[in-house]
Amino acid sequence: MNEINVSMLAPLLPEVIMASAGILVLLVELVARRKETAGLLSIAAVAVAAYYVPHSFGKSFGGMFVSDGYSAFFKFIFFINLILTVLLSMRYLVIEKSNHGEYYSLVVFSTLGMMLMASAGDLIVLYLGLELMALSSYVLAGFIRHDARSSEAAVKYFLLGAFSSALLLYGITLVYGLTGTTDVSLIGAAVVEKGLSTPLFLSVVFLMAAFGFKTALAPFHMWAPDVYEGAPTSVTAFMSVGPKAAAFAAFGRVFLTGFGSLSTDWTGILVVLSILTMAVGNILAIQQDNIKRMLAYSSVAHAGYAVLGIIVGGAEGLAAMMNYLFIYGFMNLGAFAVVIMLRSEGVRGEALEDYKGLAKTHPFAAAVMLVFMFSLTGIPPTAGFIGKFYLFKAVVGAGYAWLAVVTVIFSAISAYFYLRVVMYMYMLEPEGEAVTLSLSPSLGLALLITTLVVILIGVYPSPLLSFARLAAG
Amino acid sequence: MQYYLLIPLLPLGAFLLNIMLGRRVIRRQAHWPSTLAVAGSLVVTVMVLLDVMSGRTLNEDLYVWIVSGNFKVSVGFMIDQLTAVMLVVVTSVSFLVHVYSIGYMQDDPGYYRFYAYLSLFTFSMLMLVTANNFLQLYFGWEAVGLCSYLLIGFWYEKRSASDAGKKAFIVNRFGDFGFGLGVIMVFLTFGTLDYVSVFDGAGGVAAQTINILGADVNLITLIALLLFCGAVGKSAQVPLHVWLPDAMEGPTPVSALIHAATMVTAGVFMVARLNPIFSLSPVAMDVVAVVGAVTALFAATIALVQNDIKRVIAYSTISQLGYMFIACGVGAFGAGIFHLYTHAFFKALLFLCAGSVMHAMGGEVDMQKMGGLKRYMPLTYWTMLIASLSISGIPPLAGFFSKDEILWVAFNGGGVGRAVWALGTLAAVLTAFYSFRLIYLTFHGEFRGTEEQRHHLHESPAVMTVPLAVLCVGAVAAGWIGIPPIISSVFGVEDANWFAEFLKPVVGHPEIEAPHSTEALVMGFSVAVAAVGIAVAWVFYIRNREIPAVLARRCGILYRLLFNKYYVDEIYNATVVRPAMLIARYVLVGLSDGVIIEGVVNGVPALINRFGARLRRLQSGLLQSYAAVMALGLFLLMAVVVMVLK
Amino acid sequence: MPGSYLPSSYLPVLIFLVISLVFGLGALVMGGMFRLRRPYAEKLRPYESGVTPVGEPRQRFSVRFYVIAMLFVVFDVEVIFLYPWAVVFDRIGLFAFIEMVIFIFILLVGYVYAWRKEAFVWE
Repeated sequence: MNEINVSMLAPLLPEVIMASAGILVLLVELVARRKETAGLLSIAAVAVAAYYVPHSFGKSFGGMFVSDGYSAFFKFIFFINLILTVLLSMRYLVIEKSNHGEYYSLVVFSTLGMMLMASAGDLIVLYLGLELMALSSYVLAGFIRHDARSSEAAVKYFLLGAFSSALLLYGITLVYGLTGTTDVSLIGAAVVEKGLSTPLFLSVVFLMAAFGFKTALAPFHMWAPDVYEGAPTSVTAFMSVGPKAAAFAAFGRVFLTGFGSLSTDWTGILVVLSILTMAVGNILAIQQDNIKRMLAYSSVAHAGYAVLGIIVGGAEGLAAMMNYLFIYGFMNLGAFAVVIMLRSEGVRGEALEDYKGLAKTHPFAAAVMLVFMFSLTGIPPTAGFIGKFYLFKAVVGAGYAWLAVVTVIFSAISAYFYLRVVMYMYMLEPEGEAVTLSLSPSLGLALLITTLVVILIGVYPSPLLSFARLAAG
Repeated sequence: MQYYLLIPLLPLGAFLLNIMLGRRVIRRQAHWPSTLAVAGSLVVTVMVLLDVMSGRTLNEDLYVWIVSGNFKVSVGFMIDQLTAVMLVVVTSVSFLVHVYSIGYMQDDPGYYRFYAYLSLFTFSMLMLVTANNFLQLYFGWEAVGLCSYLLIGFWYEKRSASDAGKKAFIVNRFGDFGFGLGVIMVFLTFGTLDYVSVFDGAGGVAAQTINILGADVNLITLIALLLFCGAVGKSAQVPLHVWLPDAMEGPTPVSALIHAATMVTAGVFMVARLNPIFSLSPVAMDVVAVVGAVTALFAATIALVQNDIKRVIAYSTISQLGYMFIACGVGAFGAGIFHLYTHAFFKALLFLCAGSVMHAMGGEVDMQKMGGLKRYMPLTYWTMLIASLSISGIPPLAGFFSKDEILWVAFNGGGVGRAVWALGTLAAVLTAFYSFRLIYLTFHGEFRGTEEQRHHLHESPAVMTVPLAVLCVGAVAAGWIGIPPIISSVFGVEDANWFAEFLKPVVGHPEIEAPHSTEALVMGFSVAVAAVGIAVAWVFYIRNREIPAVLARRCGILYRLLFNKYYVDEIYNATVVRPAMLIARYVLVGLSDGVIIEGVVNGVPALINRFGARLRRLQSGLLQSYAAVMALGLFLLMAVVVMVLK
Repeated sequence: MPGSYLPSSYLPVLIFLVISLVFGLGALVMGGMFRLRRPYAEKLRPYESGVTPVGEPRQRFSVRFYVIAMLFVVFDVEVIFLYPWAVVFDRIGLFAFIEMVIFIFILLVGYVYAWRKEAFVWE
């Protein structure tokens, strides 16, 4: 074994900061009277960690931990996810009567897990990060203890998550047995040397299933709608962006670095999964009359789009995927922010019915929701269009023109349920008692940020594009 | 030189400010952000002009929105001599109109909305003229159209105003359809939408033909004509001129800015900007010249008998735009832009004077009910008189120089040139006549309105008359930077046509080899016919006022033809509008509600819904079935792998 | 080759496993072989020398026991990590010491947290 010293921790500095922050938040929670303090502290910690991310490039622990542009890009997604989630949560937790400071600590630890996943150069570290992320999110899913739906979501998520962890571990074991290493780049070298064999391909399938679970690719998405619907809305927002992006980060690194030489073999499977995911997500989303559940299926569908980036592969494909996930994070969190805004004491604000005539009663909320729905559909000049455009461009560039056509068709289907929300808001008359908005300064800030970014990227995408392109290498 | 960006950005900022805060916060102060912004743009424009005059031009992509292969959507700016001239015209007239509107729109309930739109328009127009690629040109083109639509229908409670807005919008669709096709053709042909790249490549495809319905058509000609369709719509040339007179339903400052000085000249600007394309196609050039000449005469004849003060000026605008196209069509793009530039001043002045008159008359537009206003509003009278002299082409006012240059280059244009010159000269007589008919009817003679109106008569406030005075200076002196050598040599200056020299790098300048005596003759002739026009108007409306009525009775058919604008609206109604309505009502609605839309819009989702309902049953909420589905999926994948690898 | 991979360094563990199995099973088997078997009713009853059980053995017990079990995991089992650390302590020195301080600090945070959340109060 190599010499162990402090300098090995340098690339991990952001992670160390986040871990300390998690502990600190937990302690602050014990003494703070206002639980929001814990939330603000976690945001401050993220700011510090984010500052150190670009200064921490390098490998550590013999390549087990890799901090590079790729991981840095994803870490920024996680940070944004954390900040926006915290902003969304502050007032929401009070309304849900679950205002406990542990929430923020769990969010920080979950984010730490994601960061480890993005930086994992070794399957063991990947597993470690994944479990840290997942365990925290299981608790978060069941955070409203007095709500049966929340508890049910947590139990389902936990049991099925354990199932997927088992798949991942089994895949890792097989790979280890076949190549004698868990280091992703060494696996890549060994795979090139040994070529394709049935056991190796089976292990690839196991890993694919495990990542498919975390990214909610059909048919491994089954948990997502129930969990997303049952979990506290702020947690749903958090889970639909962060863990998904983290899984994609690991997915991309393991498959393109580790099994890159076999890509011609596994892309076929992934294409099938992608189409299946888009089909299931979009078609079932049409059926929903609960916005949260609709967004849950929409998030499944978006995973189907994002995975195209891995199918395309190379820096071009990865950049398109990263770009997409970044944009998706903002628009999805924004949409959930509106859902949270409609939630107030006694009113769930999740039913599509609640959005009837929103443009008349709350024109501002309706306008903001309109932006997010347009963006999720992919209508210019919103960010969603940019994300889809570059994804399609990458897909077409890789010679999968037909796949791009299929994706466009499913996109068109998705317009049906996204624009239905718009239709409810703008074309129908408000019914019964008007919904009251629970707008807090923090939620307002979150809405402002997401709206601005969604429009800004839509109008001026090139900084993001070049950042993603640079990060993808 | 990056400060040029302020020119469009300032009005954009003012627009955002007014549209967001106008209703609640800014309200009656809405003119401040907009006017200050455009004043700022004007100042920066002067700085840019000085830069350009010292030889610094610029063409850069500021930012690229999306790229896909050759297709690039970017925002870029091209600042050269042509742009600089347009910037000066747009910002200066826009500024004066902003100021004027403070008085004119004073008590309007939509005050903030008016200024917001005005700023948005200014921004769009500036983006249009500074574009360095076709797509941005197209967006600016559509954006100014949208603003025009919003401002024509500004008093949307008034049925005729909202109808006029719609009419302008729909008629422009026809032209823009061709324009859009032209842009697409440009992209297909050159693989890029960048001006410079397209211009560089234009020479290479000059000889290419393309087969359309069995006929070989020259590619460049096709592109140029398609693009020209857009200009015909936007600049209200025959046969798409019908929207502009109706557009007078909008507030008068809007007519001055959008429907006289700037937006309607976008077509001329576009042809001049794209002169490397147009120059390659003699056919397209001839079409441009002929359409321009026909329009110039056609609109002038209608203007002879109209009684609505604003409509007379509107037809005169159409006619003058025709002159600009004449110039472009005979290859003298610089002369066209020169006329655009002088026209902006005297025509904006005419409109603002008309606005001033209407202001005094309580919104009255019928000249039959005016008369003798000279006494009540001397400043308006004198400025309008000067503008009328200018438009009639009386030296040494601005209109003389630009119109004379156009007629002179047309005279020497070869091909259709001589015929076009004849039409243009004929139109010049009519121009002088109707302009002075307007003056005499409005300001001379006895007041013919109601007693109440007479009581109300007053000169407009300073905030309105000062812009008139400033524009008047332009209407007098704007032409002095383009004095032909034949005149300047009298004063000992050999080459005083600085304007043509200035624009030469962008649009070139036709070399005319003709004896000075001929030039003097042509010039003298056009001045003489203008004087004749004025004299006839004087005879008709001052000296012997029965003549018009007698003439109208004698030539009843001709009079009615002119008075009803050649029945063009009626013809369109019968041939286009009515059939379209019928088709919409019976065929489309019948088909769509019955079969197509019903079938597609409801059928496909129904199909998906049915499929979805099946799928949904899988999502039972039962944990074990979820695990089972996942496991099944995994086993299927494994089975596939094993089978494939076997 | 994957097939030829022999984890020889784990051989002692295997031998240890075999020996412990043999030893344990051997003791049971030998005991059965040599002991006397004279059963009678009193002797066969469970809790030969205790109180006779009443009611169902499968009763619910308080959720607090779970908390106790978890605290046990945290404060007892985790401490096991101290043993290997202690064994190599002299070889890895100060760095390892600081690492362990951090580790114990994290445990301590857990302790404080549990304390403040009144996990130690039986009610």
